[in-house]
Amino acid sequence: MMNSSCNVSSSSKPPHVLAVDDSIVDRKLVETLLKNFSCKVTTAENAMRALEVLGLVDEQQKSLDSTDSKVNLVITDYCMPGMTGYELLKKIKESSVMKEVPVVVMSSENIPTRINECLQEGAKMFVLKPLKPSDVKKLTGHLMIEESQ
Amino acid sequence: MDVATLQKQLLDYSNSLFREGFLDKQFNQLQQLQDETNPDFVVEVVNLYFEDSERLLDELAKTLDQQNVDFQKMDAHVHQLKGSSSSVGAQRVQNVCVAFRNCCEERNIEGCLKCLQQVKHQYFLVKNKLETLLKLEKQLVAAGGSIPMYC
Repeated sequence: MMNSSCNVSSSSKPPHVLAVDDSIVDRKLVETLLKNFSCKVTTAENAMRALEVLGLVDEQQKSLDSTDSKVNLVITDYCMPGMTGYELLKKIKESSVMKEVPVVVMSSENIPTRINECLQEGAKMFVLKPLKPSDVKKLTGHLMIEESQ
Repeated sequence: MDVATLQKQLLDYSNSLFREGFLDKQFNQLQQLQDETNPDFVVEVVNLYFEDSERLLDELAKTLDQQNVDFQKMDAHVHQLKGSSSSVGAQRVQNVCVAFRNCCEERNIEGCLKCLQQVKHQYFLVKNKLETLLKLEKQLVAAGGSIPMYC
């Protein structure tokens, strides 16, 4: 079977982050913050689009050779119309192919039950918006740990 | 005008915006993300904010105009406006959104109508202020100066 540790990449390749947010302003911000930390960024405006990027729609199989679309981390907004960030997190963790990809959830609201449910479901981190460079630094720390395994 | 005068003018203006609560320190964060590799970052984000906010304000007006007001839909729009305002540091707009969300929760149409007026007022105020600020920055840069960090 394929090597499903899709978050392993050579240290010379920039990490590929998928950023999911329905707000165009926040997408721009997250993208810039991540690029400042040398990440390659793909943005998605909703969870369905994110699932497409990850190859998780309708039993799509990720091609073994599609090296440049391997996502090393997903960062998603919690509150989105349609599928929420929490539901997206669940879908990722339930998938055999993508479940090892670290997922970070962000929200403008500091709600402990929300935070706990995301962490329980396997999110690596929960960050409050607006994101700061120090948050992104922490995030990329999760990336590196995954890569060295 | 020489660079020193332009810079003083810009600093005086930006200080007043922070002092009067139009902008908060999140705006500084945006400034810090602007550099040689991303020289127009602040202008780009601010323009996105303008487009997005005006779209949301239109949606809010439409929603309030309906026979049966969809408070959930309205709350979702206000939540979005609050979020993007927070992301650019538009503090006053953000604050009015908090009150607006309370009115949505209470299903208070009169309250929502008032809040919509207030949020529009604060939005167009900060839009005007930001446009002026960005224009002053442009003038300074054109004269050979560089944009200082506001605080």
